[in-house]
Amino acid sequence: MTRLERNERLIRLALLLVAFSAVSILVVITIFIFGEGTPVMFKYGLKKFLLSLDWFPLEKSYGLLPMIIGSLFVTAGALVIGVPLGLACAIVLTEFSSKGLRRILKPVIELLAGIPSVVYGFIGVVILVPFIRDNLGGPGLSVLAASVILGIMILPTIISISIDSLEAVPRSYREGSIALGATRWQTTRMVMFPAAKSGIIASIILGMGRAIGETMAVIMIAGNAATIPRSLLDPVRTLTSNIALEMGYAAGEHREALFATGVILFIIIMVLNTIANLTSKRRAP
Amino acid sequence: MDKTVIRAKDFSHFFGAVPVLKNINMEIFQNEIFGIIGPAGSGKSTFLRALNRLNDLIPSSRTEGTLEIRGQDVYAPGISVVELRRRLGMVFATPVPLPRSIFENIAFGARLAGEKSRGRLAELVADCLKKTALWEEVMDRLETSALKLSGGQQQRLCLARILALKPEFIMLDEPTSGLDPISTMKIEETLRKFRAEYTIILVTNNTKQAARVADRTAFFLNGELIEVDRTDKIFSAPSDSRTNDYISGKFG
Amino acid sequence: MRLHIDPKIEQRFFRALLWLLTGVTVFILFFIIFYVLKRGLPAVSLQFLTKNPVEMGKAGGIFSTIVGTVALTLLAILIAAPLGVGSAIYLTEYTRENWATRVIRFGSECLAGIPSIIFGLFGFILFVTKLGLGWSLLSGGLTLAFMILPTIIRTSEEAILSVPYSYREVSFSLGGTKWQTVTRVVLPSALPGIATGVILGVGRSIGETAAVIFTAGSSLHIPNSLFSSSRTMSVHFYILAREGISMSNAYGTAAVLIIAILAINVVAYTLMNRFMRKYC
Repeated sequence: MTRLERNERLIRLALLLVAFSAVSILVVITIFIFGEGTPVMFKYGLKKFLLSLDWFPLEKSYGLLPMIIGSLFVTAGALVIGVPLGLACAIVLTEFSSKGLRRILKPVIELLAGIPSVVYGFIGVVILVPFIRDNLGGPGLSVLAASVILGIMILPTIISISIDSLEAVPRSYREGSIALGATRWQTTRMVMFPAAKSGIIASIILGMGRAIGETMAVIMIAGNAATIPRSLLDPVRTLTSNIALEMGYAAGEHREALFATGVILFIIIMVLNTIANLTSKRRAP
Repeated sequence: MDKTVIRAKDFSHFFGAVPVLKNINMEIFQNEIFGIIGPAGSGKSTFLRALNRLNDLIPSSRTEGTLEIRGQDVYAPGISVVELRRRLGMVFATPVPLPRSIFENIAFGARLAGEKSRGRLAELVADCLKKTALWEEVMDRLETSALKLSGGQQQRLCLARILALKPEFIMLDEPTSGLDPISTMKIEETLRKFRAEYTIILVTNNTKQAARVADRTAFFLNGELIEVDRTDKIFSAPSDSRTNDYISGKFG
Repeated sequence: MRLHIDPKIEQRFFRALLWLLTGVTVFILFFIIFYVLKRGLPAVSLQFLTKNPVEMGKAGGIFSTIVGTVALTLLAILIAAPLGVGSAIYLTEYTRENWATRVIRFGSECLAGIPSIIFGLFGFILFVTKLGLGWSLLSGGLTLAFMILPTIIRTSEEAILSVPYSYREVSFSLGGTKWQTVTRVVLPSALPGIATGVILGVGRSIGETAAVIFTAGSSLHIPNSLFSSSRTMSVHFYILAREGISMSNAYGTAAVLIIAILAINVVAYTLMNRFMRKYC
């Protein structure tokens, strides 16, 4: 045995320790969140927790329904804006423009993903909110404002991953379709797009995850009223804002209720990820 | 003088419960070109990988019997697999140049073994490239990527790569299956020249290649050694009917 | 009866529509950058970058927040990168794919998607309160490290798995040990992907606000130890904007943030290009 071979066992042990530490951290985070959050959920009653309209934590009333609906509306709104714009952009950049344009724009768009969310929120506050207030009514801090800003925020994610998915489709698909006499649009619609579907869906789910998880921007522009919004112009509070707004002064059971909100979010993300995994396993024929 | 350098004694090889080599009894002599022919799945490649223990990378791999190189069992406990693999250079069916320069590809094995001196490495690289008749073609672009070479050049590069470790044996697993006839011929020429310095084991799908190049040829079928003899005898008057059927193309 | 539209006209329509939507998208994205830079750059000067905030940020510069940002990000990367890449190496090269590795991968994916506010909550309860570290660089750095760890593990794993098996075989057949194969063949080829993950982590740390406010606090003093509280640029920007302390300074901070992120991405991109050219 050479000396190098003898050392292999030590190296393996060292790496095992590293991996173990990393995995332990992941486990600790998960257990901690669930540990702090689930007791209060069951003490208070799971159904009441999820479905009650009354969030008055100082009176021990923990109904999350307004926030759940708030997150839902705002995320849906973000998708309504982000998906069409994002997919259009991805399709144009891969199918209808030159490679050079794509090589310049794609990194720039990815760069935009790095802009802090507070900056987006701020733009929303100084431009979008007054605009809505003056032209559409309501306080301006609204579902609409949040949806638009979140939609813009998830654009880079959807565009970037959709471009990757479209680029990964074998060239022979496109060439075969054109050879059969199809126009570029027909090729895109009937061949390229379906072939890239799993990646595109994954990008949308990832965008959804980002929208649900966004906190700072939403706090700045959504109004934060813990009631169910009745129109696009009403203020709204999301699950994430709920945590951020009250964390500073929450104590005892109130704090545990915030962890419980975290548990709900964790489960939502887990479901989204599972769906994303399942759709990406099913490859287009 | 036929000196035995590799001896397989009742050697069997399993992946889990599946036997891929069954009771092989075979000898390979020093400085010969030993050809192994047989249809796909007959265990020819597995035998090569059993020799340099590359099959160890597969977790369910298990052996019985002995496989000896110069009298030493390759699977004995405490054997340095690293040194073993340096002695048995292997060329794969598809040329696999590493994503680096031509120079670094050839120097790779020597660097693994601890060689650091740039001067010695340069000498080594030149030497190996000359032996594989690649030197003239690449001497002025040693620092360019090896991925830019043609298929035939890449395969000769892989051959040069193993020479850098000064092996005793050269094992080739269907080395010319993807190459054009001229590259094939160049490699076969090189192997003939190498016979004097190395012992060569050539696994090939192409029976005619074995007929051209090998001194002795073994015929494997379904993990068993059916027959081994001098090449001219195997191809003119094989003892086993199955050998005859394979060579004449009745199955393949 | 099916309505038949001439494919060429259909194409012209959709092409126009798609270009329009794309134009809108690109316009919005660029508008945001230009808007912030246009209002922010005038406020940025050498003084702005080197002087500390005065009067809660109404005047002065942002030096202490720059220090805070750098310190926090550095701490997070120093913890998360070795841990993340090391465990990715172990999980891909030293273990067989089994139920445990699949669970770990799924877990990493989920945790990578958890909203940062939850990490803020976690960090606040565990580091600031229970472990008694208080609002500090240590609390913030650990929280950020935990936050970006799953992403680094995931991207490193993907990068390592995408290195062709044949490269490893070649290394082994030339007498390389496992560790030599990992360091001389696998990692160099996987480096672009791994670096992407790390840079993503850096970007996320710099722009992170929710997790940082609740763990590193918002002190305007230059931190002098791991236990000092500190404010990052993102937090500073948020506070300035929310409290309306100084719009021009807020824009200035945002401008510096954007330029910093732009610079990091550009540097990373060029480094990666140069690296790939050398190794491919």
